[in-house]
Amino acid sequence: MTRRPLRPLARILRAREEGGDPELIEAENIRLRHEEMRDKARLRAEGRLLMLGVLFFSAVLVIGGRMAVIAATEVEAPRAAMISDPIIGHRAEIVDRNGRVLAMNIDTHAVYAQPPQMIDPARAARELARIFPELSEERLLRDFTGERRFVWVRRQVSPEQLQAVHDIGDPGLLFGPREMRLYPNGALAAHILGGASYGREGVNSAEVIGVAGVERFFEDTLRDPDRTAPLVLSLDTTVQAAMEEVLQGGMSLMNAKGASAIIMDVHTGEILAMASLPDFDPNNRPRVPTTGDQADSPLFNRALQGVYELGSVFKIFPVAQALELGLVDPYTQIDTRGPMTWGRFRIRDFRNYGPSLSVEDVFIRSSNIGTARIALQIGIPRQRAFLESLGFLEPTSIEMIEAPTGAPLLPRNWSELSLLTISYGHGLSSSPLHLAEGYAAMANGGTRVTATLLRQDQPQRGERIISEAVSRRINQMMRDVVTRGTASLGEVRGYEVGGKTGTADKPRAAGGGYYRDKVIATFAGVFPASDPQYVFVVTLDEPVETSGTEPRRTAGWTAVPVAAEMVRRTAPLLGLRPQVEVARLDGVTLSGN
Amino acid sequence: MTEMVYGAVPERAGDPIIPRWWRTIDRWSMSCVFLLFGIGLLLGLAASTPLAQRNGLDPFFYVTRQSVFGGAALVAMLVVSMMRPVVVRRLAVLGFLASFVALALLPFFGTDFGKGAVRWFSLGFASFQPSEFLKPGFVVLVAWLMAAGQEINGPPGKLWSLLITVVVVGLLAIQPDFGQAALILFSWGVMYFVAGAPMLLLMIIGGVVFVAGTFAYSRSAHFARRIDGFLSPEVDPRTQLGYATNAIREGGFFGVGVGEGQVKRSLPDAHTDFIIAVAAEEYGLILVLVILGLFGAIVLRSLGRLLRERDTFIRLAGVGLACTFGTQALINIGVAARVLPAKGMTLPFVSYGGSSLIAGGIMVGMLLAMTRTRPQGEIGDIFMRRGTR
Repeated sequence: MTRRPLRPLARILRAREEGGDPELIEAENIRLRHEEMRDKARLRAEGRLLMLGVLFFSAVLVIGGRMAVIAATEVEAPRAAMISDPIIGHRAEIVDRNGRVLAMNIDTHAVYAQPPQMIDPARAARELARIFPELSEERLLRDFTGERRFVWVRRQVSPEQLQAVHDIGDPGLLFGPREMRLYPNGALAAHILGGASYGREGVNSAEVIGVAGVERFFEDTLRDPDRTAPLVLSLDTTVQAAMEEVLQGGMSLMNAKGASAIIMDVHTGEILAMASLPDFDPNNRPRVPTTGDQADSPLFNRALQGVYELGSVFKIFPVAQALELGLVDPYTQIDTRGPMTWGRFRIRDFRNYGPSLSVEDVFIRSSNIGTARIALQIGIPRQRAFLESLGFLEPTSIEMIEAPTGAPLLPRNWSELSLLTISYGHGLSSSPLHLAEGYAAMANGGTRVTATLLRQDQPQRGERIISEAVSRRINQMMRDVVTRGTASLGEVRGYEVGGKTGTADKPRAAGGGYYRDKVIATFAGVFPASDPQYVFVVTLDEPVETSGTEPRRTAGWTAVPVAAEMVRRTAPLLGLRPQVEVARLDGVTLSGN
Repeated sequence: MTEMVYGAVPERAGDPIIPRWWRTIDRWSMSCVFLLFGIGLLLGLAASTPLAQRNGLDPFFYVTRQSVFGGAALVAMLVVSMMRPVVVRRLAVLGFLASFVALALLPFFGTDFGKGAVRWFSLGFASFQPSEFLKPGFVVLVAWLMAAGQEINGPPGKLWSLLITVVVVGLLAIQPDFGQAALILFSWGVMYFVAGAPMLLLMIIGGVVFVAGTFAYSRSAHFARRIDGFLSPEVDPRTQLGYATNAIREGGFFGVGVGEGQVKRSLPDAHTDFIIAVAAEEYGLILVLVILGLFGAIVLRSLGRLLRERDTFIRLAGVGLACTFGTQALINIGVAARVLPAKGMTLPFVSYGGSSLIAGGIMVGMLLAMTRTRPQGEIGDIFMRRGTR
């Protein structure tokens, strides 16, 4: 557009000529341009003001709409919604393989006090101390009259105690609903279940958290608020109960200070029962001892955490490996002249077996010398690899929080001497659970099995360790140990028990050598030996059998009878039919069922 | 003739001030302000009693103070609204200078009342927040500068106003008070927009902000987390925002009932920054919409009246005042509704607070003074056949 100049020369010159004031012309032009600008600015501003108005109006609409949306949403659980991370008391049940309850939550109450609202703190403290004898009246009174505005009195109370506290009638005493963990079977499977306690606590609920065992291992699964299905373990409550009863009896008969036992399915790896004595009641879990040996605490799980030199039960592994490698056959004669010396070290047998024994007899009669000679043929790398493939070099992977603490103790330097001693179960410490896994692999046709506490639906298909033929042969040898070897007290009519005994001198706690009179007696085996279904391991700590003229400590006299009784009790519960040849019932006609 | 109708209000000798004021004032907006103040007192009765009890004062201590300050604010509003725009401009510029000095002295003499930001002067019986008083003066000054900048041979008003804005925003940012700083920046932007900012420039600025935001969001995990946290539907219920959201939910459409609300007991700022949460809980969405409607009415009516205004200064000042006032309210309510990130800002006339009330009164007084009906030269248009395009 063309702009008119403020001082158009032509007009100014003319005005000068005519004697007019040129300033007036400029002022007039300025005024005109001003008006023009104003009109333009006003029109532009009009549009922009409208835009502003629309913007503002839509902002009002947005905010109002948003308010309406928030106001229209439902308030879910108004007070619980105040906490971002609500305390969830929920914890799923734990049941055994047949659905019997092992652990469950029940409703209870906690008692707490708000001293500012108390009417008569002295009376409340006196009455509370009467209801709960373990509480100190002075302590309560001090809490109630001090600065504190909130005092937990009891974390959980019985209905009767609840009523009694209610009857005190003090408005400063309040009840907080919460759930508690109940183990209805008491000490049954205590070490497996572990126990529970309270995590974060609020007055409206409290977290029930696992402190040990499967409770702790499956913490997240059990506490998952969306989970309603119980956790199904592989345990069988009846088998576990029978086993614990037999083990308890055996432990006192054999004057042992501790005992453990495992029954495991050789195909699936399911633990049917596992116990360690002494045990405890998870409803009232004792404190972890601060002094003394942790291994003597009832909390200690000998079956999993107790790593011992298990002795002759290990002989199954070099024998099986030698058969598998084709180094020997069952009838190969092995030199058993003793003592066998290796450097400064001497290997002795429990008794002299003469100049030589067949491989079979080395196993059945448990010759240390013979086993050591077989191990020499195998050599260090192959022995190590074999034990590794059976899981003996690392902790078991069972679903318990304590599993990593059951780490085997390996020789620092796997020397030739280690090769010899490990072959008969010294120099390498492992837990009874390791041994159960190893025996299962030997007995089930030769494949690796890892122990599990969860119910399985099908057999494990693990790595092959030995051939089925060798496995059959080993099962036969284990059976022979019972029929004509060291475990003759282990015969249970109809169930074809087979196994291997082990009596290991306990190493001195202070180090250096072994006790003469303290042993770990172990009987590990399978039943029925013709087609093994279950593997068992029974371990007694420092047993001594005193019925004879002199104290007997060997496994054949201690662990074997206990194991036999255990099989006698549990095999029917496991649904095995006894292979008993019944005398013909002449004169009786059997009708169909 | 044109000088007579332009710019200045023609003054007839003997024309009494008050009847003329009553004839020309925007009575609807004024009524809205009175209603807002009434709602503020009503909410104060509910929201401030727990605080008074906590502080060991008479239960209605804050309500009494609020009505005293509110009375002063209303008087200030009426007096200011009776002034001519030129007088308003002079006083506002003086007021701006005074509050600017006060703002600059805050770091030396101010107090933070334990809230972590130095925003107040403690006068013993009351406290004084310079930034509240700065806003109306600032808006009028900027409007004046911009209007002058449009005159032929005028000063570079836009540049000067930008410089002043930068200094003020800097002073507010060191308190720190980013909410007020953003508001000041925003009101300058609005006035610049109405004064005729080039569209191209606006689009470039918008594009740069968008690109920078996207870049920051994709590159900076921290920034992205802040934005995600703000956008996420869940809010930590233990924060003030969480309590406010919960209160709005509790209130629903019709509220839990007068005096039945709980949020005022848990929120420390229930009587100031989060008064809207108290309103939403006790009286429901209805009252929130009423409050929003009142603010909306004031702003939209003022903008509508300013559409006809021909004087650049009055138009700019009016738009700036209306938008500052309305935006402050929108920010306050938007924070509670979680449309905007949390910023401490009072709700004009409704929140408790002496400085906020009186400054609000002055501001609305100025706004009313700007939006008074004036001859806009319609007769001149008819005579000279202009302005009818």
